[in-house]
Amino acid sequence: MLVLISLLVFINLGAIIAIESKYLLSTVISIGAVGFGLSIVFLLLGAPDLAITQVVVEILILIILIRGTVTLDNTAIEKYRDTFAMVISLIFFGMFLTFAYMAFKALPEFGHPLMRVSREYLQHGVEKTGATNIVMSIILDYRAYDTLGEATVLFTAILGAFVVLRRKGRKKIGEKDTTKVGIPGEF
Amino acid sequence: MIVYLLCSFLFVLGLYCLVAKKNIIKKIIGIITMEYSVNLFLVLVGYRARGIAPILSKGADKAEFIAKSVDPLPQALVLTAIVIGLGTIALMVAICIRLYERYGTFDMTEIRRLRG
Amino acid sequence: MTQEPEGMTLIVKSIGRLVINFIMLFGIYIILYGHLSPGGGFPGGVIVATAFILLMLSFGRKTALRKFGDTTASLLDNFAALSFLTIGFLGLIGGYFFLNFIDRGIPFQLFSAGTIPLANIAIGLKVSACLYAVFVALAIFGKVLAGPEQDGVGPAEEKPTDSGEHRR
Repeated sequence: MLVLISLLVFINLGAIIAIESKYLLSTVISIGAVGFGLSIVFLLLGAPDLAITQVVVEILILIILIRGTVTLDNTAIEKYRDTFAMVISLIFFGMFLTFAYMAFKALPEFGHPLMRVSREYLQHGVEKTGATNIVMSIILDYRAYDTLGEATVLFTAILGAFVVLRRKGRKKIGEKDTTKVGIPGEF
Repeated sequence: MIVYLLCSFLFVLGLYCLVAKKNIIKKIIGIITMEYSVNLFLVLVGYRARGIAPILSKGADKAEFIAKSVDPLPQALVLTAIVIGLGTIALMVAICIRLYERYGTFDMTEIRRLRG
Repeated sequence: MTQEPEGMTLIVKSIGRLVINFIMLFGIYIILYGHLSPGGGFPGGVIVATAFILLMLSFGRKTALRKFGDTTASLLDNFAALSFLTIGFLGLIGGYFFLNFIDRGIPFQLFSAGTIPLANIAIGLKVSACLYAVFVALAIFGKVLAGPEQDGVGPAEEKPTDSGEHRR
């Protein structure tokens, strides 16, 4: 429990440094520290699948952010501070935390989940699907329809990135359509 | 309770970064932070005290496994959400690169000023 | 930019040549054993994509695109999405969508759990192809921005004022 709380404090500190740093490179590195701390928290909470995924995805996020943006412009010095937005967000801070405290009192206590549906999965998962990893049996058997939807969302996000990034797809009004659609070799 | 509060504090930090910061990359960082905190909250709700991972090992007792395993359902939801988050971050970075090419800066106010 | 050699230094290339195969092997292991141990299609696919991204970062984009082209990635992505959908529709034979229609087999064996390993493979292919392709797009575009003198196709050529006409 103490380890969990100290890791969460570490994550919060990393997020504060990432938000307030003047250089984008240190911001990105701090968000990497947050992600790796989060993966250790997942490991402590009994979710090794999530820990593996979080580590790998964090590495890829770092590569994409550094390669895509930080090489262009590193500084993030603001000319003036928007006091209105700060005050509004500070008021929202207090309200959100108060209501969150009230809502958390209604939740089951930490460490004692309800598990009405999951008990069924744990009890019959191995006989009905044959997979000993219950998480995988939920993802690809019990709730495979959800996974299909999420794969579609991923496909759509990547498609949006292509459409925004490609250069050859843009043509003038009278121009003939000669270029191939997709991701061409040179943009 | 304090664990939930720390998690929601992380969410609020991300929201503050999204609202108050002017740099677009900082806004992306805020969205990433919020996403992490939501994932963390879902996993925290499903945690059982001194629980084991929901993976049946060879020769393990079934009744003991059911009595001690953590909730697998939030983990299944979060596992896909992490990868989806990567896709949306790639989309946001692509939009940022386009904006940089058009305006030569990541600053939100500069972009707005050049527009007007 | 033309006089520089492709990719990074010799140290990075040598280490990369050793490591890339093992990274890819680890990713394939994670995908195939997803129903028995932690892992599955999503993290395994990201690991395979990371191996290709390491290839691209260390050896330069020409080598990487020769080994695993962007059109191939696009086709593989679509093929994997279609095959996952096909697995779902084949379940309609037995009764409903995403029915586990193959024999379950014995637990703790590699060939068990019916359609779950097949779906894992499809998801892994889809995720890896998707992420590699988007990284290709992002990295190439960043390179064009960094060196505007390359082939004369830079951002300097495209004025902000008239680029509104280019779009339809």
